[in-house]
Amino acid sequence: MEKQWYTISVYSENNVGLLNRISGIFLKRHINIESLNVSKSEIEHVSKFTIVIHSTEDWARKIVGQIEKQIEVIKAFYHTDDETIYQESALFKIASHLLFDERQIQNIIKESNSQIVTVARDFFVLAKTGRRHEIDEMHDALEPYGIMQFVRTGRIAVTKATMPITEILEEFHNQ
Amino acid sequence: MSTETLKKEKNKTAKSIRISGAEAIIHCLLAEGVDLIYGYPGGAIMPVYDELYKFQDKLTHILTRHEQGATHAAQGYARVSGKVGVAMATSGPGATNLVTGLADAQIDSTPMVCITGQVPRHLLGSDAFQETDIVGISTPVTKWNYQVTKASEIPEIMAKAFYIARSGRPGPVLVDITKNAQFDELDFVYEKCTGVRSYKPVHKPDIKAIEAAAEIINRAKKPYIVFGQGVILGHAEEELKALVEKAGIPAAWTVLGLSAMDTDHPLNVGMVGMHGNYGPNVLTNECDVLIAIGMRFDDRVTGNLDTYAKQAKVIHFEIDPAEINKNVNADIAVLGDAKQTLGLLLPLVNKNEHKDWLAEFDKKYQIEYDTVIKKDIEPTKEGLTMGEVIEQINKASGHKAVVVTDVGQHQMIACRYAKFKQSKSNVTSGGLGTMGFALPAAIGAKMGAMEREVVAIIGDGGYQMTIQELGVIFQHNVPVKIVVLNNDHLGMVRQWQELFFESRYASTVMTNPDFVKIAEGYHIKSRRVTERSDLQDAVEEMIASKDPYFLEVRVEKEDNVFPMIPSGASVSDIRLK
Repeated sequence: MEKQWYTISVYSENNVGLLNRISGIFLKRHINIESLNVSKSEIEHVSKFTIVIHSTEDWARKIVGQIEKQIEVIKAFYHTDDETIYQESALFKIASHLLFDERQIQNIIKESNSQIVTVARDFFVLAKTGRRHEIDEMHDALEPYGIMQFVRTGRIAVTKATMPITEILEEFHNQ
Repeated sequence: MSTETLKKEKNKTAKSIRISGAEAIIHCLLAEGVDLIYGYPGGAIMPVYDELYKFQDKLTHILTRHEQGATHAAQGYARVSGKVGVAMATSGPGATNLVTGLADAQIDSTPMVCITGQVPRHLLGSDAFQETDIVGISTPVTKWNYQVTKASEIPEIMAKAFYIARSGRPGPVLVDITKNAQFDELDFVYEKCTGVRSYKPVHKPDIKAIEAAAEIINRAKKPYIVFGQGVILGHAEEELKALVEKAGIPAAWTVLGLSAMDTDHPLNVGMVGMHGNYGPNVLTNECDVLIAIGMRFDDRVTGNLDTYAKQAKVIHFEIDPAEINKNVNADIAVLGDAKQTLGLLLPLVNKNEHKDWLAEFDKKYQIEYDTVIKKDIEPTKEGLTMGEVIEQINKASGHKAVVVTDVGQHQMIACRYAKFKQSKSNVTSGGLGTMGFALPAAIGAKMGAMEREVVAIIGDGGYQMTIQELGVIFQHNVPVKIVVLNNDHLGMVRQWQELFFESRYASTVMTNPDFVKIAEGYHIKSRRVTERSDLQDAVEEMIASKDPYFLEVRVEKEDNVFPMIPSGASVSDIRLK
């Protein structure tokens, strides 16, 4: 079976230790987590894990089954890239003098649609949200001038189709 | 509170009492119907032991000689009684010694609650004396675990622990309780847990799937049932028997399914898997419909998946959705509790006989009998065989004993030849293959069914892994019957070395102590058999004994267990020699 990118969405209780339980499921099967994000979800007190893996559909399905089996997991899903709207964010910390010394830097900022978050005497910070390859491109463009710090978030994603989870979660919420 | 149990409103009428966390733990156990626990005290659990002392008229604590023994005893108790087994230990090494038992209970779906003490809340993370992250360590081998750091959490967490351990597909739960939470007081009210909102233990049966299954079964020419422990855990023995008899379907079992159906039932065709029976394995690849009930297609059952039952339509009755299409794809999956789903299936299947198909099992049995079974249970060669010992136990106990086995050759021989009339009679470590399981598990099994005969059958290797539990048998006069089949080898590993590693017996030869003397040291009645002529008398004496009894049988040193599906081979390629 062909490997591809899968976004696994896990709706769960917000409990200490659950991340360990979920990551163990990947560890046991030697599947690398390419990106991980944990946040609140559309329902109050329900957390959402967004996990990206590169794997076969068979494995994605089995992993979702194992995740869903955990007591504090309400529901888990997997989706292909085609089925989701997804983004990542990144921060670039760059030396301030480059803004004046290197003309190209300003062009990169404009072309990449990134925002300047802060400017200090010694450095400024650029924020960029987009697909991973867009962030990679921006990184590659800035790298020759020197990046003082770089960080990228995990993927966040919503599905194009309605999530059947919403109703279930609302029921929980009303209990 | 971070746990989300399904409760609309707290029971406000119940009066609370002001007690310590340690005392609350005892009240929780009593409220869950626990009257027996196994464990080992230590610093971080001492407040609870102090309460156990005060409550000893209501709650018996059995001091095992090692925490691992406590878990296996709790498992043995759970497996025969159907109740939740409870084990208790202190923090640090006490807690880590529970891990093997937790892993065993997890893979064999045994309901168990383990309670561990933990260093006080303010010392967590400081590498305090006997501090270990048991919640982190036990996560992959528990159905659920939780660290309690406040006394007020105790009732709800304990209720949740028991509910999770016993509901749905059962499993082990560990509750780690810091020492301050044991000392501190709380307003105690106990309410049983009836649901956890994020956890769905049993799916409602899908009638459409059951109808589709019935249709396929009714059209089948060569239907074949393979059942597992799900039948026992789901109390579906009667439904299984009714289905098998009505539809005339031959039924085979996995190691953990053994005893769910009378071994002498004409439609019970035997064991599947690596050392299972010839017909049940070979005919897996000839049936047209394979009906799997409460089993999970373990690799020891299926052999090479690429050549497993490819010709058959597969119907999978299973409680755990994660097991569906995990190893073998199901044409029809029926989720739910086996008692319920089989009950719904029963009226939809037609009466049938499948005589020609059954005759194929008989033919295969005859082949196996002539080449393997006869030599095993009625040997004519000089050395004693494990099979003839099991046969003697069958005769002496009238097929009524609970048989507890360890892991290895003796286990496979016992599963192949032990006869059972009653469910919950076969206690063994199936999935994990834990050597050292049998002796403590037999203690638990006996205490879980005092009215029944309990015979532990153990190899000389596994026996020495938990031999110290003889101390429990002696101290509490637990009348278990212990049979060590001594071949002075780690027999199963030696067999593999002989067959697949050109007889290089690396570290499988054992120089053993005098086992009879050891048992005598614990004041347990003992006997050694080295000759066939003594066997029957010794086994009869053992079964007749009202007290614990130890029997060592010196068996042939280099016997092999056959049939055998070599690792990674197809069920069709099972070897008879």
